Amino acid sequence: MNFAEMHQPEFAQAPATERHSHGRWEPYVDNGGTSLAIAGSDYVVVASDARQSNGYIINSRYSPKAFQLTNNVILATSGYAADAKRLVEVLEQNSQMYFHKHEKPMSTTATAQMLSNTLYGRRFFPYYVFPILAGLDTEGRGAVFAYDPVGNMERVVYRAFGSAAALVQPFLDSAVGFKNQRNADATRLLDREQALKIAIDAFTGAAERDIHTGDWLDIYIVDGNGVQHQKRELKHD
Amino acid sequence: MDSITLKVPHTTERPAEITNYGPTTHISQPSVTGTSVVAFKYKDGIIMATDCLASYGSMARFRNETRMISVGNNTLVGMSGDTGDFQHMKHTLENLLTHEYDMDDGQNMGTRSIYKYISNIMYGRRSKIDPLWNSYVVAGVENGESFLGFVDYYGTTYQSPTIATGFGAYLAQPILRKYVEGHEDELTEEEAVRILDDCMRVLYYRDGRSFNKLRRAKVTAEGVEISEPYPLDTNWTIANYVVGYGS
Amino acid sequence: MFRNQYDNDSSTWSPQGRIFQVEYASEAVKQGSAVVGLKSKDHAVLVAVKRSPNELASYQKKIIRIDDHMGIAMAGLTSDARVLSNYLRTEAMRSKMVYGRALPVGRAVNAIGDKAQTNTQEYGRRPYGVGLLVIGHDDTGPHLYEFNPSGIVSEYYAYSIGSRSQSARTNLERNFETFQDMSLKELIVQGLRSLRDTLQQGKQLDALNTSIGFVGKDNKMTILDGQDTQEYLDLLDEGEAMDTE
Repeated sequence: MNFAEMHQPEFAQAPATERHSHGRWEPYVDNGGTSLAIAGSDYVVVASDARQSNGYIINSRYSPKAFQLTNNVILATSGYAADAKRLVEVLEQNSQMYFHKHEKPMSTTATAQMLSNTLYGRRFFPYYVFPILAGLDTEGRGAVFAYDPVGNMERVVYRAFGSAAALVQPFLDSAVGFKNQRNADATRLLDREQALKIAIDAFTGAAERDIHTGDWLDIYIVDGNGVQHQKRELKHD
Repeated sequence: MDSITLKVPHTTERPAEITNYGPTTHISQPSVTGTSVVAFKYKDGIIMATDCLASYGSMARFRNETRMISVGNNTLVGMSGDTGDFQHMKHTLENLLTHEYDMDDGQNMGTRSIYKYISNIMYGRRSKIDPLWNSYVVAGVENGESFLGFVDYYGTTYQSPTIATGFGAYLAQPILRKYVEGHEDELTEEEAVRILDDCMRVLYYRDGRSFNKLRRAKVTAEGVEISEPYPLDTNWTIANYVVGYGS
Repeated sequence: MFRNQYDNDSSTWSPQGRIFQVEYASEAVKQGSAVVGLKSKDHAVLVAVKRSPNELASYQKKIIRIDDHMGIAMAGLTSDARVLSNYLRTEAMRSKMVYGRALPVGRAVNAIGDKAQTNTQEYGRRPYGVGLLVIGHDDTGPHLYEFNPSGIVSEYYAYSIGSRSQSARTNLERNFETFQDMSLKELIVQGLRSLRDTLQQGKQLDALNTSIGFVGKDNKMTILDGQDTQEYLDLLDEGEAMDTE
């Protein structure tokens, strides 16, 4: 540790991994937060908390990380907020160009593939983002796509990512996927009221146990009629 | 039997003196730095404070620096971190606003645009692994609506009714969360000034790189006002009783 | 035999101080079917007649969306308009990305004006063969601009370009002072009325050949074609019926 660094109050507080004097400066931060999506037969529910944090500091209580990309596609993020923001801007631009070229909005599946390509395009300087993309497929069924930061893509029925993923995903495995239960039909899809209730309960629980999740909950419900958005309170601690 | 050594080209050892392989980076250490910025919303707009010190490591090097600037018609920008990088940012913004003025078409570069522009510069520089070593707080009143935003050298952005950078995030933010959050629309200017001075006093007591000569600024629908430097009343009588912690 | 010696390229003046290549390009604009633009204090509107080269062919597109706050109508070479609209679309996106604001309409038009001007001064280039009416809404309200191949850009209350557009301009000049307080609907009908004056004998505005575009304070750039225009064509006919009573 050198002289100048020892006496930098605002950066001395940064966790050891962010320090810059030994080796490379890390161009990434984890801003916490959790996102999930649940698909149904004709709808999809997306939920993201709105807290943005940096270590033990809460940056903002309402800094949304779920975004409406097109008429019926929602992108929920977590990880590094600045990369998430730029990623959304890039996707918006590309889907706008698609709209101009083809004179129709990009379908959910096309957007899903584009997101994968966009992420992989930055394979050697990745967007540090864990995206969940949700919308309706061409048959009108709920579609959820989950990604890793370099573009590996998977269509799933439900998924949770982010700082409370390790808490929320097992809960969804049980409540949505009916996993590890005897005599349960693991292929059953929930109706939308059940899915919404489970999404809310998942976050209420996550906010109790994960310090990076809380404050507000953004919920998007996509169905044949379009997108409905609601904002709910979580723990403000 | 002799052993056979296979030379695989890409595992050839590098000369010992080459330690920094990989992409070229341009990290410099911050040298002359300013400490916290504290800002929050109140009834008429936004109030902000910074002290007048620019430190060189632990040395109180420049004691009459201004870390808040007015940009365009109705925007206030506060900075913490490297003062040299701040000067660079000031020049960039001056250029931007001069171009805007030269257009002479009645369009106004608003607070949100200036914030977006600064954020893009910060994120762009971090993406080149050549960050500007600053945090910025951008404030303004636009169409009767208060705006208060933050951006740091990661390009991380957020908006919040209360913002404090550096040590302020640890020492001032809890005070602001208690006295400001939820009351932004009711706080009068007098109350806001008292809360702000309390925050700056706590910072002066506990932040070793702070200074008891500070400026206060406000931005309202009427525009930006940055005060002359002033000191805070402080009370150090208990200092004699503090034992330990290297005192 | 007389031959113009000064029209081989756009970088040569004639002794009379004219640049023939630019004037020829303006002729291309006059051959395109007419478009009309007009604005009130809240809205800007474009209306256009589309042509089809042949009964078996589709109608040529006349109005193009640039962004939520901006659109253009063209008269002349469609392909040149496409180049310009691609440029405008990228600039609009850039403005959103860099400054987080909608590209001011005047700046957009001046940007393509500058591109057109370059074509009139550099050897080996060809002026754009298209005229545009650009509508948009920004912080300074609704706007209507004309762009032409010479690079001249002008702002209007109401204007028309394209074939037989003089008839539309005459109509607009008579009425433009009443546009300011008109509703969006009235404005569109007023535009159609002027547009109709440009039609050849025996031709009519119908759902197939009419195109309507509008933008406003609370309206994103919208383009209506086909059956969506019928409502306004009906209003136009009703208005005529009332006038003749």
